Amino acid sequence: MKTQYDIEGGNFSKAGFASSEVKRMLKQLNLDIKLIKRVVVAMYEGEVNIVVHAYHGTAEVDVSEKRIRILFTDRGPGIKDIDQAMQAGFSTATEKIREMGFGAGMGLPNIKAHADELNISSTPGKGTQVEIICYIKKDHQNT
Amino acid sequence: MKQQTITQEGVTIKTLSGIVSGNIVNPGPHNNVAVKTAFTSDLMSDVLTIDACETVLVTGLTNPQVVRTAEMSDILCIIIGRNKKCSREIVELATQCQVTVIESPFSLYKISGLLYESGIKPIF
Ligand SMILES: Nc1ncnc2c1ncn2[C@@H]1O[C@H](COP(=O)(O)OP(=O)(O)OP(=O)(O)O)[C@@H](O)[C@H]1O
Ligand SMILES: [Mg+2]
Repeated sequence: MKTQYDIEGGNFSKAGFASSEVKRMLKQLNLDIKLIKRVVVAMYEGEVNIVVHAYHGTAEVDVSEKRIRILFTDRGPGIKDIDQAMQAGFSTATEKIREMGFGAGMGLPNIKAHADELNISSTPGKGTQVEIICYIKKDHQNT
Repeated sequence: MKQQTITQEGVTIKTLSGIVSGNIVNPGPHNNVAVKTAFTSDLMSDVLTIDACETVLVTGLTNPQVVRTAEMSDILCIIIGRNKKCSREIVELATQCQVTVIESPFSLYKISGLLYESGIKPIF
């Protein structure tokens, strides 16, 4: 099952809309609440990153029996040094973003902490792709 | 305030609102649930890293992302301190997300102290 969402860079009123829709969908599928939380927190971090750092993007969400996969693709400045971006505390966010309660350089490490897999690729000057995968472990369900 | 005791059931959001002399901006059935733990922060990046469960968030920020952050983190209630008022946009979003928002005239320090005294546990 696949769904796709548009994410507008700079639109802070709408930031989180896609993650909210996905949360609702996963709840309807009756998945484990801990799993849902891992997925939506990771997704929300990725969504906010596009709103904060990029110009426009999409989130493709694919749910199969074994896993939930979210693929973010954006047009934006890209990330020059991905290892550096992954370090806790590294951020290029502006003062305005910090005043909103973001820009602590904690998002990408937090995605890594919540997801089972995180893959980032980026072309500086063009854009970034972030793939997040969470496995659905059958033995943890219906308990 | 002293009559609030530590209970297994936690403290209902309606009771919480009274404890912080608050005003529930989006009254509804979701106000009757109980919370057991609290976290105070103005940094949403930080809130997103905690393992929230039946949690109330105490903050001084009033933007829609506070509500979204609560929604994603399974936070049931937000207490906005420093006598800040929240916009209509936030009230609507919070109602949609079934997150209760309480405005309180007190500082975040005082709100946190009152909650602690009423038996609400810290996340860590
Ligand atoms: N989609 C993106 N496009 C361009 N740069 C990005 C993108 N996502 C992350 N970055 C870069 O990586 C850095 C680290 O991202 P991370 O999410 O960890 O922190 P942050 O977004 O700056 O702050 P926080 O997530 O704590 O609000 C960002 O400051 C930015 O420079
Ligand atoms: Mg981020």
